[in-house]
Amino acid sequence: MKQKIRIAAGQGFWGDLLDAPVRQVEGGPIDYLMLDYLAEVTMSIMQKQKARDPNAGYAKDFVPLMRRILPACVERGIKVTANAGGVNVRGCANAVIESARELGLAGKVRIGIVTGDDIIPRLDELLSRGIELRNMDTGEPLSTVRDKIQSANAYLGAWPMVEALNQGAQIVITGRATDTGLTLAPMIHEFGWSNDDWNRLSAGTIAGHIIECGAQASGGNCQYEWRSIPNLAEVGFPIVEASPDGTFVITKHERTGGWIIIPSIKEQLVYEMGDPREYITPDCVADFTTIRLEYEGRDRVRVFGIEGRPATEFLKVSISYSAGFKAVGTLVYAWPDAYDKAQAADRILRRRLERLGLEFDQVLTEFVGVNATHGRLAGPPRADIPEVQLRVGVRGQDRNAVERFTKEIAPLILTGPPAVTGFAGGRPKVEEIVAYWPALIPKEEITPVVEVLNT
Amino acid sequence: MKVQLTKLAHARSGDKGDTANVGLIALEEKFYPILVREVTAERVKEHFKGICHGEVERFELPNIGALNFLLHESLGGGGTLSLMTDAQGKTFSTALLRMDVEVTDQEAGDLHG
Repeated sequence: MKQKIRIAAGQGFWGDLLDAPVRQVEGGPIDYLMLDYLAEVTMSIMQKQKARDPNAGYAKDFVPLMRRILPACVERGIKVTANAGGVNVRGCANAVIESARELGLAGKVRIGIVTGDDIIPRLDELLSRGIELRNMDTGEPLSTVRDKIQSANAYLGAWPMVEALNQGAQIVITGRATDTGLTLAPMIHEFGWSNDDWNRLSAGTIAGHIIECGAQASGGNCQYEWRSIPNLAEVGFPIVEASPDGTFVITKHERTGGWIIIPSIKEQLVYEMGDPREYITPDCVADFTTIRLEYEGRDRVRVFGIEGRPATEFLKVSISYSAGFKAVGTLVYAWPDAYDKAQAADRILRRRLERLGLEFDQVLTEFVGVNATHGRLAGPPRADIPEVQLRVGVRGQDRNAVERFTKEIAPLILTGPPAVTGFAGGRPKVEEIVAYWPALIPKEEITPVVEVLNT
Repeated sequence: MKVQLTKLAHARSGDKGDTANVGLIALEEKFYPILVREVTAERVKEHFKGICHGEVERFELPNIGALNFLLHESLGGGGTLSLMTDAQGKTFSTALLRMDVEVTDQEAGDLHG
C-alpha cells in the first residue's frame, strides 16, 4: 500500500481557469487529478444541449483538456476523477476514447464510467409508489412541478468510482456525483478503507470539501490579509497529500502563487456550510467540529482529528424544472445627483410597466454603487457620488411580458433623466429560469452502474 | 467600548437555495469568546433586518474559532430564481463584518496590543 498519495484539484466549477489542471499535471508530482464540473443547475443546461444534439450533454471543456494532458497522465500513471459526464457520460467517455486513439494511446488507458444517477425515466414510477421527492427547502411534493421538470439526478458518492478504479480505470467519468466523492474515492481505492470506517471516510470527505472549489482554498477569494497574498495571477490550485490513517496535508506546487495558510483553509471549511456536525454525503456524515489544523511548513497545513458518523439511508436528488422567465436591464447615471437620477428613472420605468399592464412575479431594483451588495447596511451614499448603475430585474411566467420589459430600458436614455449612458450591450436578453429542486430518495432505489471501457 | 467585527474576524459566505451562510472566523484565538458572546443569532437577525426575511441559526466551531450562521429567506428566492446581483450571497460575509460589538476595556487592550 502506498503511504502517501497526492490528489490535485483542477477545476472548482465548470468555467474555472482552463489551464489550472494542466499546471497541476506539469507543475510537480501528483497521483490523482480531480475535476469538479457540476454546479446545481449545470445538469439542466446539459439536458437542453443533449435534446438539441444527442452527442452533447457533458462538460465540453473536459475533452480538449484530456487531449492535452493524457500523454503525461499515461506516462506518469496519473489517474483522473471527474464528474464531467453530465447527462451523457457515455458520450463524454467516447470522445475521450477517440482522443486517446488519435494520440496513439489506444490500449494504454482504460476509462471507467459511472451511470445510474439519472432518474428521469423512472420519475412517474417513483411518484406512483409514493416516493414524493418533496422539496427539502419548502416541503412541497414534486407533483406540483411534474410537467416542468428538465432533469433529475441522484448524487452518487465515492463507492462507484472506487469500483471503477479497482477494475483498473485510469480515467473515471461520472454524471451527478458529489464533489467530495471525487477526492475520497482515490483514498478508499489506494488505502483500502472499509465502508464503515466513518472517521476516515469523513476525513476524505472533508479533504474533498477543502479542495473542491479549487483556488478558493489557496488564496483565491481570501479575505484574510488579501493584499499580502502573493502572485494570484499564477495561483497554485490546492493538493491533498493523504495518508492511510486519514490525516492529510493541504499544499500546492512549488513556484506557484497564492498561499496555503490556516486562515485560507478555515475560510474554505465554512464555505456553504450548514450544521457543521452534520455534513451529509452519500458516504458518511462528517463532523466539522472535530477538525484540527496545524502548520507543517510553508504552504503546508496538516488536517487531523476528524471524526464522522454512519451515512444516512438517503441520497440527495437534484431536480431542475422550468420556472418562468427573467431579464435584467442596466443603465449608468453620472454626477451630479447620480443617485437621485437613477431613482427617478426607476420610478418612470415602473410607471410605464404599470401602464402597459405588464404583470410580474417580482420586480427588483438595485443601485449598483449604493446598495446592490449590502443593502441598507451600506448607509446613504455620498452626495457627490460620481456615478450609479440602475439595475432592474423582472421575473414572471409570461415570456411576452418579460420580453416587453427588455424594450423599455433603452428608451429611458432619450425619455428620462439626463447624464445617462451604459447601453452599449443592447437590449437585455430574456432568460428561461431553470430552478433547482433538492429532494431525498431512499438509497435502495438507486443502483449505480460501473463499466470500464478499453481505448 | 464598541469595535467593528472587521477588527476581530474574517468571513466567507455562500448559498444553499434561498439561505445564505456566513462563516465568521476569529482573527486570533482569544477573540473567539467575544464572537460567541456578542454575535448571537438574535443580533445577526437584527443586523440583517430587511435583508434576511427568515430565521437566523447559529452553529459553533470552537475547534477552528468560528461561528456559522444560516440566514434563511435572504436571497430573493435563491439560485436562478433570484434577481439579485448577489444571488449567491457571496458578499454577506463582509456585510456581517460591518456589525459593531461591545468589548471590555481589557479585550480592547488585547485588540490594540
